[in-house]
Amino acid sequence: MSSTTLTRRQRLSRLDVKASPYLYVAPFFVLFGLVGLFPLVYTFVVSLREWDLLKGPGEWVGLTNFANVLTDRFFWNSIGNTISIFFLSAVPQLIVALLLAAVLDQHLKAKTFWRMSVLLPYVVTPVAVTLIFTSIFNEADGLANNLLNLIGIADVQWKHDTLASHIAIATMVNWRWTGYNALILLAAMQAVPRDLYESAALDGAGAARRFFSVTIPSIRPTLIFVVITATIGGLQIFAEPRLFDVSNAGGIGGADRQFQTTVLYLWEMAFFRRDFGEAAAIAWLLFLLIVAFGLINFAISRRIATGEQRVESRRVRRALARKAGAR
Amino acid sequence: MNRRPGFLTYGLLSAFLIGSAYPLWWSFVVGSGTNATRGETLPLIPGGNFLANAIKVLDAIPFWKALGNSIIVSGIVTVSVVTFATLAGYAFAKLRFRGRDGLMVFVIATLAIPTQLGIIPLFIVMRQLGWTGTLGAVIVPTLVTAFGVFFMRQYLVDVIPDELIEAARVDGANQFRVFLTVAVPAARPAMAILGLFTFMATWTDFLWPLIVLPPNNPTLQTALSQLQSGYYIDYSIVLTGAVMATIPLLVLFIGAGRQLIAGIMAGAVKG
Repeated sequence: MSSTTLTRRQRLSRLDVKASPYLYVAPFFVLFGLVGLFPLVYTFVVSLREWDLLKGPGEWVGLTNFANVLTDRFFWNSIGNTISIFFLSAVPQLIVALLLAAVLDQHLKAKTFWRMSVLLPYVVTPVAVTLIFTSIFNEADGLANNLLNLIGIADVQWKHDTLASHIAIATMVNWRWTGYNALILLAAMQAVPRDLYESAALDGAGAARRFFSVTIPSIRPTLIFVVITATIGGLQIFAEPRLFDVSNAGGIGGADRQFQTTVLYLWEMAFFRRDFGEAAAIAWLLFLLIVAFGLINFAISRRIATGEQRVESRRVRRALARKAGAR
Repeated sequence: MNRRPGFLTYGLLSAFLIGSAYPLWWSFVVGSGTNATRGETLPLIPGGNFLANAIKVLDAIPFWKALGNSIIVSGIVTVSVVTFATLAGYAFAKLRFRGRDGLMVFVIATLAIPTQLGIIPLFIVMRQLGWTGTLGAVIVPTLVTAFGVFFMRQYLVDVIPDELIEAARVDGANQFRVFLTVAVPAARPAMAILGLFTFMATWTDFLWPLIVLPPNNPTLQTALSQLQSGYYIDYSIVLTGAVMATIPLLVLFIGAGRQLIAGIMAGAVKG
């Protein structure tokens, strides 16, 4: 009798060992499949049909929705605006974040205070940031024009002028994210062995030379990571253009769509014009654009400051691990 | 390199601090001042109208309801993401099972997928279920994240010695008991960081709540956006609202700022 109970327990135990891992990962895969992957795939199905927000699905139309979107000048306008705002935010942000990280990477007094001060804008949500900066960039008497007047520059049409509106929106993004990215880069800089700097200094390299020849190559994986997350986020910008200058354009990105981004156009197409078919096509095209941008960025950043091929794979692994700390 | 940083360093940092803090302070000053305040070039001193404007904000939007909704949504999503990420992350880090590596590659591959672009089918499904307008429609799509699983796996793979799991097994603990008594205590710091960032991300979300929630049942972000929906915009009220909505996260920041910084910087230490 004792032997049968033992085997039953053993059998249960073996079942426990075999089944448990699947039970632990199952909730993630089931939920992610349902609310993450399925909608993305089904977007493609919707994009192949006539589909009105109110009337529901209509005829299958093949790739007509894609053809319509690709010949729609508002779509290309939104792509141009998105890319313009993306560059105006990503490039200055990265440069300033690098400098800021280098400044923070010293023996500072009140280290935590300075780090917190850099991160402060991150706790202001994009909606609140946009409300604040919409007021700052108010054309009649906002803070931005007041300050420009002070140094003798005439009022800028922040909301009506295309480039100025892109700069205003990029400023919102930069204000919120620069400090955050600086902290990621700072973490990478602190992992650079100090003796590398010392030997470079002994070789006569000045501070600037050390920064470009030692720091930048050493933190490359983190740079790649920061650039790629900035790309994925930057190309999906919505709250800022949606809420900038609502009174003049009903929140679709300016009276002449001068700062309408692609996600904003997608939103307008789906919920103002009620055309789910074309909206789904826009979603897929934007998806492809994001993937393409990610790959291009990856290729470019890999080229920058190559030199230590041997540690490559370890670097990539580290970059992924850094990603873990970064979000 | 070991030189003590001098005037230039602290000057730059101070300039950056002013740039970070002044827009917020300016919002408070203008929000508490009169209409004339906003015309001033660099207003520095707050006025006495903050409470009066705050009451106008409370009249204009369902602020308290929105705050409650945001707390409920962010709280439930955070608990869910952390729970399921810890379970799956532990399995990927420490348990052996067929298909493990393939599934992990799948998780990593989905990290960079902008799931936000699936909003149209998501909306269709939510409407069919009759969930639009309810908090459930906001909560369900974010109950798990691939990033959470990846993050917990990366943390747990190093932090739990295999011998500890063996020992607990030998003592007769079943798998789930091992998870609760060995994995969860070890995972706690990472769970806190993941929770903090999940909470922030959910709190910040705007596009999806704007689509599925009506103006009378908003989250804090969508309620806030209503403040400037009229043709005439009273900036002192808008800015007061922005400040009011920022206070909860500011409190969180003061209390947990160190953990936030540690979380942002954590990845670089390991790997």
